[in-house]
Amino acid sequence: MSSDADAPVDAGAASVEDLRAQVQALQEDVSDLREATDDDGQKSMTIIATKGTLDMAYPPLILASTAAAFGWDVVVFHTFWGLDILHEEKSKNLKLSAVGNPSMPMPNAVAALPFMDSVATSMMEKKIQENGTATVEELIETSLDMGVDLQACQMTIELMGYDEAEFYDGVTTGVGAATALQHMADADVQLMI
Amino acid sequence: MSTYEPTETLDVKGLSCPMPVVKTRGAVDDLESGEILRVVATDSGSMSDLKGWADATDGVSMLEQEEAEEDGDAVFRHFIQKE
Repeated sequence: MSSDADAPVDAGAASVEDLRAQVQALQEDVSDLREATDDDGQKSMTIIATKGTLDMAYPPLILASTAAAFGWDVVVFHTFWGLDILHEEKSKNLKLSAVGNPSMPMPNAVAALPFMDSVATSMMEKKIQENGTATVEELIETSLDMGVDLQACQMTIELMGYDEAEFYDGVTTGVGAATALQHMADADVQLMI
Repeated sequence: MSTYEPTETLDVKGLSCPMPVVKTRGAVDDLESGEILRVVATDSGSMSDLKGWADATDGVSMLEQEEAEEDGDAVFRHFIQKE
Protein backbone atom coordinates (compact mmCIF):
# COMPACT_ATOMS: atom_id res chain seq x y z
CA MET A 1 0.00 0.00 0.00
CA SER A 2 1.48 3.37 -0.99
CA SER A 3 1.63 6.23 1.48
CA ASP A 4 -0.49 8.27 -0.95
CA ALA A 5 -3.57 6.65 0.55
CA ASP A 6 -2.99 8.51 3.83
CA ALA A 7 -2.34 11.89 2.18
CA PRO A 8 -5.08 14.54 2.28
CA VAL A 9 -7.31 14.31 -0.76
CA ASP A 10 -6.52 16.97 -3.34
CA ALA A 11 -9.54 18.04 -5.31
CA GLY A 12 -7.40 18.28 -8.46
CA ALA A 13 -8.13 16.17 -11.54
CA ALA A 14 -4.90 14.12 -11.19
CA SER A 15 -5.84 13.04 -7.63
CA VAL A 16 -9.25 11.85 -8.75
CA GLU A 17 -7.50 9.69 -11.35
CA ASP A 18 -5.19 8.30 -8.63
CA LEU A 19 -8.14 7.52 -6.37
CA ARG A 20 -9.99 5.84 -9.20
CA ALA A 21 -6.97 3.61 -9.86
CA GLN A 22 -6.65 2.82 -6.16
CA VAL A 23 -10.33 1.93 -5.85
CA GLN A 24 -10.04 -0.35 -8.86
CA ALA A 25 -6.93 -2.06 -7.42
CA LEU A 26 -8.75 -2.57 -4.11
CA GLN A 27 -11.80 -3.99 -5.84
CA GLU A 28 -9.60 -6.50 -7.63
CA ASP A 29 -7.96 -7.47 -4.32
CA VAL A 30 -11.35 -8.01 -2.67
CA SER A 31 -12.53 -10.05 -5.63
CA ASP A 32 -9.40 -12.26 -5.45
CA LEU A 33 -9.85 -12.74 -1.70
CA ARG A 34 -13.48 -13.66 -2.15
CA GLU A 35 -12.53 -16.25 -4.73
CA ALA A 36 -9.79 -17.70 -2.50
CA THR A 37 -12.06 -18.08 0.52
CA ASP A 38 -15.15 -19.13 -1.37
CA ASP A 39 -16.08 -22.75 -0.71
CA ASP A 40 -19.29 -24.70 -0.95
CA GLY A 41 -19.48 -25.09 2.83
CA GLN A 42 -18.22 -28.67 2.68
CA LYS A 43 -16.00 -29.53 5.61
CA SER A 44 -12.88 -31.56 5.22
CA MET A 45 -10.82 -33.80 7.54
CA THR A 46 -7.40 -35.39 7.29
CA ILE A 47 -6.36 -38.15 9.70
CA ILE A 48 -2.84 -39.55 9.87
CA ALA A 49 -3.09 -43.17 11.10
CA THR A 50 0.24 -44.48 12.42
CA LYS A 51 -0.71 -47.37 14.70
CA GLY A 52 -1.50 -50.97 13.80
CA THR A 53 -2.94 -52.44 17.00
CA LEU A 54 -6.56 -53.53 17.26
CA ASP A 55 -7.52 -50.73 19.65
CA MET A 56 -5.79 -48.04 17.59
CA ALA A 57 -7.38 -49.15 14.31
CA TYR A 58 -10.83 -48.10 15.52
CA PRO A 59 -10.61 -44.33 16.19
CA PRO A 60 -9.52 -43.30 12.66
CA LEU A 61 -12.06 -45.59 10.97
CA ILE A 62 -14.97 -44.57 13.21
CA LEU A 63 -14.25 -40.86 12.79
CA ALA A 64 -13.69 -41.23 9.04
CA SER A 65 -16.93 -43.13 8.34
CA THR A 66 -18.94 -40.79 10.58
CA ALA A 67 -17.47 -37.69 8.93
CA ALA A 68 -18.37 -39.19 5.55
CA ALA A 69 -21.95 -39.57 6.84
CA PHE A 70 -21.86 -35.82 7.53
CA GLY A 71 -20.91 -35.29 3.89
CA TRP A 72 -17.33 -34.28 4.67
CA ASP A 73 -14.41 -34.79 2.34
CA VAL A 74 -12.21 -37.27 4.27
CA VAL A 75 -8.67 -38.53 3.75
CA VAL A 76 -6.99 -41.04 6.07
CA PHE A 77 -3.28 -41.26 5.37
CA HIS A 78 -1.89 -44.55 6.71
CA THR A 79 1.79 -44.75 7.48
CA PHE A 80 4.14 -47.09 9.37
CA TRP A 81 2.10 -49.61 11.39
CA GLY A 82 -1.09 -47.82 10.35
CA LEU A 83 -0.60 -49.57 7.00
CA ASP A 84 -1.63 -52.87 8.61
CA ILE A 85 -5.18 -51.52 8.93
CA LEU A 86 -5.43 -51.37 5.13
CA HIS A 87 -3.59 -54.67 4.57
CA GLU A 88 -6.34 -57.15 3.73
CA GLU A 89 -4.81 -60.10 5.57
CA LYS A 90 -3.16 -58.28 8.48
CA SER A 91 -6.25 -56.17 9.19
CA LYS A 92 -8.10 -59.33 10.19
CA ASN A 93 -5.40 -60.27 12.69
CA LEU A 94 -4.63 -57.00 14.45
CA LYS A 95 -3.45 -57.58 18.00
CA LEU A 96 -3.97 -55.87 21.29
CA SER A 97 -0.91 -55.51 23.50
CA ALA A 98 -1.32 -56.55 27.12
CA VAL A 99 2.01 -54.95 28.13
CA GLY A 100 2.16 -51.34 29.27
CA ASN A 101 -1.61 -51.07 29.24
CA PRO A 102 -2.81 -49.98 32.70
CA SER A 103 -6.40 -50.84 31.75
CA MET A 104 -5.50 -54.53 31.56
CA PRO A 105 -6.49 -56.45 34.68
CA MET A 106 -3.03 -57.98 35.09
CA PRO A 107 0.44 -56.85 36.15
CA ASN A 108 3.01 -56.17 33.41
CA ALA A 109 5.13 -59.15 34.55
CA VAL A 110 2.21 -61.46 33.71
CA ALA A 111 1.21 -59.50 30.60
CA ALA A 112 4.71 -60.01 29.20
CA LEU A 113 4.26 -63.80 29.01
CA PRO A 114 4.39 -64.98 25.38
CA PHE A 115 0.72 -65.88 24.94
CA MET A 116 -0.78 -62.88 26.75
CA ASP A 117 -1.20 -60.64 23.67
CA SER A 118 -3.29 -63.40 22.08
CA VAL A 119 -5.38 -63.73 25.24
CA ALA A 120 -5.95 -59.98 25.43
CA THR A 121 -6.82 -59.86 21.72
CA SER A 122 -9.32 -62.72 22.00
CA MET A 123 -10.98 -61.04 24.98
CA MET A 124 -11.30 -57.79 23.06
CA GLU A 125 -12.63 -59.50 19.92
CA LYS A 126 -15.26 -61.25 22.03
CA LYS A 127 -16.32 -57.95 23.58
CA ILE A 128 -16.48 -56.30 20.14
CA GLN A 129 -18.77 -59.06 18.91
CA GLU A 130 -21.01 -59.00 21.99
CA ASN A 131 -21.36 -55.23 21.86
CA GLY A 132 -22.40 -55.17 18.21
CA THR A 133 -19.33 -53.09 17.36
CA ALA A 134 -18.36 -53.33 13.71
CA THR A 135 -15.19 -55.22 12.79
CA VAL A 136 -12.19 -53.39 11.33
CA GLU A 137 -12.96 -55.01 7.98
CA GLU A 138 -16.58 -53.78 8.04
CA LEU A 139 -15.47 -50.25 8.90
CA ILE A 140 -12.97 -50.24 6.04
CA GLU A 141 -15.55 -51.46 3.52
CA THR A 142 -18.09 -48.93 4.85
CA SER A 143 -15.60 -46.06 4.71
CA LEU A 144 -14.62 -46.90 1.14
CA ASP A 145 -18.28 -47.20 0.11
CA MET A 146 -18.96 -43.75 1.54
CA GLY A 147 -16.15 -42.17 -0.43
CA VAL A 148 -13.46 -41.91 2.25
CA ASP A 149 -10.04 -41.76 0.60
CA LEU A 150 -7.93 -44.36 2.44
CA GLN A 151 -4.35 -43.69 1.45
CA ALA A 152 -1.34 -45.98 1.96
CA CYS A 153 2.00 -44.19 2.24
CA GLN A 154 4.20 -45.39 -0.61
CA MET A 155 7.47 -45.01 1.30
CA THR A 156 6.29 -47.22 4.18
CA ILE A 157 4.76 -49.79 1.79
CA GLU A 158 8.26 -50.27 0.43
CA LEU A 159 9.92 -50.02 3.86
CA MET A 160 7.66 -52.77 5.25
CA GLY A 161 8.09 -54.88 2.13
CA TYR A 162 4.37 -54.92 1.29
CA ASP A 163 2.90 -55.35 -2.17
CA GLU A 164 0.24 -52.89 -3.37
CA ALA A 165 -1.99 -55.83 -4.32
CA GLU A 166 -2.17 -56.87 -0.66
CA PHE A 167 -4.30 -53.86 0.28
CA TYR A 168 -8.10 -53.60 0.07
CA ASP A 169 -9.51 -52.70 -3.34
CA GLY A 170 -10.13 -48.98 -3.43
CA VAL A 171 -7.15 -48.04 -1.26
CA THR A 172 -5.07 -45.23 -2.78
CA THR A 173 -1.38 -46.06 -3.18
CA GLY A 174 1.49 -44.10 -4.70
CA VAL A 175 1.10 -41.16 -2.33
CA GLY A 176 3.49 -39.51 0.10
CA ALA A 177 3.85 -36.81 2.72
CA ALA A 178 3.33 -34.00 0.21
CA THR A 179 -0.08 -35.36 -0.79
CA ALA A 180 -1.08 -35.66 2.87
CA LEU A 181 0.11 -32.13 3.67
CA GLN A 182 -1.74 -30.69 0.69
CA HIS A 183 -5.02 -32.08 1.99
CA MET A 184 -4.21 -31.13 5.60
CA ALA A 185 -3.57 -27.50 4.63
CA ASP A 186 -7.15 -27.17 3.36
CA ALA A 187 -8.78 -29.37 6.01
CA ASP A 188 -10.98 -28.09 8.83
CA VAL A 189 -9.92 -30.99 11.07
CA GLN A 190 -6.50 -32.62 11.17
CA LEU A 191 -5.74 -35.52 13.49
CA MET A 192 -2.73 -37.72 14.10
CA ILE A 193 -3.65 -41.07 15.61
CA MET B 1 -46.11 -43.11 20.14
CA SER B 2 -45.08 -40.89 17.32
CA THR B 3 -47.69 -39.41 15.03
CA TYR B 4 -45.33 -39.39 12.07
CA GLU B 5 -45.97 -41.88 9.29
CA PRO B 6 -42.62 -43.18 8.05
CA THR B 7 -42.02 -44.08 4.41
CA GLU B 8 -39.18 -46.43 5.30
CA THR B 9 -37.85 -48.06 8.46
CA LEU B 10 -34.18 -48.71 9.15
CA ASP B 11 -33.46 -51.35 11.78
CA VAL B 12 -30.06 -50.83 13.42
CA LYS B 13 -30.86 -52.73 16.60
CA GLY B 14 -27.78 -54.41 18.06
CA LEU B 15 -25.39 -52.12 16.19
CA SER B 16 -23.22 -49.61 17.98
CA CYS B 17 -21.35 -46.42 17.05
CA PRO B 18 -20.72 -45.41 14.29
CA MET B 19 -23.06 -47.75 12.40
CA PRO B 20 -26.46 -46.19 13.30
CA VAL B 21 -25.33 -42.83 11.85
CA VAL B 22 -23.50 -44.35 8.89
CA LYS B 23 -26.44 -46.58 7.89
CA THR B 24 -28.91 -43.73 8.40
CA ARG B 25 -26.94 -41.63 5.93
CA GLY B 26 -27.24 -44.38 3.32
CA ALA B 27 -30.97 -44.85 3.95
CA VAL B 28 -31.67 -41.09 3.76
CA ASP B 29 -29.82 -40.93 0.44
CA ASP B 30 -32.36 -43.40 -0.97
CA LEU B 31 -35.37 -41.29 0.10
CA GLU B 32 -37.30 -38.84 -2.05
CA SER B 33 -37.77 -35.27 -0.88
CA GLY B 34 -40.40 -35.04 1.87
CA GLU B 35 -40.26 -38.71 2.80
CA ILE B 36 -39.70 -39.79 6.39
CA LEU B 37 -37.28 -42.42 7.65
CA ARG B 38 -37.81 -44.18 10.96
CA VAL B 39 -34.58 -45.44 12.53
CA VAL B 40 -34.88 -48.00 15.31
CA ALA B 41 -31.75 -48.45 17.44
CA THR B 42 -30.74 -50.07 20.71
CA ASP B 43 -27.63 -47.88 21.04
CA SER B 44 -28.47 -45.21 23.64
CA GLY B 45 -25.77 -42.99 22.11
CA SER B 46 -27.90 -42.79 18.97
CA MET B 47 -30.14 -40.19 20.71
CA SER B 48 -27.32 -37.65 20.77
CA ASP B 49 -25.45 -38.86 17.68
CA LEU B 50 -28.38 -38.89 15.24
CA LYS B 51 -29.64 -35.53 16.51
CA GLY B 52 -26.16 -34.06 16.04
CA TRP B 53 -25.86 -35.60 12.61
CA ALA B 54 -29.26 -34.29 11.50
CA ASP B 55 -28.53 -30.78 12.82
CA ALA B 56 -25.18 -30.61 11.04
CA THR B 57 -26.31 -32.13 7.76
CA ASP B 58 -28.00 -30.12 5.02
CA GLY B 59 -31.25 -31.44 3.63
CA VAL B 60 -32.44 -33.49 6.61
CA SER B 61 -34.38 -32.65 9.74
CA MET B 62 -34.97 -34.60 12.92
CA LEU B 63 -38.73 -34.54 13.48
CA GLU B 64 -38.89 -36.55 16.67
CA GLN B 65 -36.95 -38.91 18.92
CA GLU B 66 -38.54 -41.29 21.39
CA GLU B 67 -37.51 -43.98 23.80
CA ALA B 68 -39.69 -47.08 23.93
CA GLU B 69 -39.63 -50.75 24.82
CA GLU B 70 -39.74 -53.63 22.36
CA ASP B 71 -39.69 -57.21 23.65
CA GLY B 72 -38.35 -56.04 27.00
CA ASP B 73 -35.44 -54.10 25.46
CA ALA B 74 -35.08 -50.33 25.41
CA VAL B 75 -35.21 -49.01 21.85
CA PHE B 76 -34.65 -45.52 20.50
CA ARG B 77 -36.78 -44.38 17.57
CA HIS B 78 -35.81 -41.47 15.39
CA PHE B 79 -37.98 -39.82 12.72
CA ILE B 80 -35.94 -38.08 10.08
CA GLN B 81 -37.33 -36.21 7.10
CA LYS B 82 -35.51 -35.57 3.87
CA GLU B 83 -36.13 -31.96 2.86
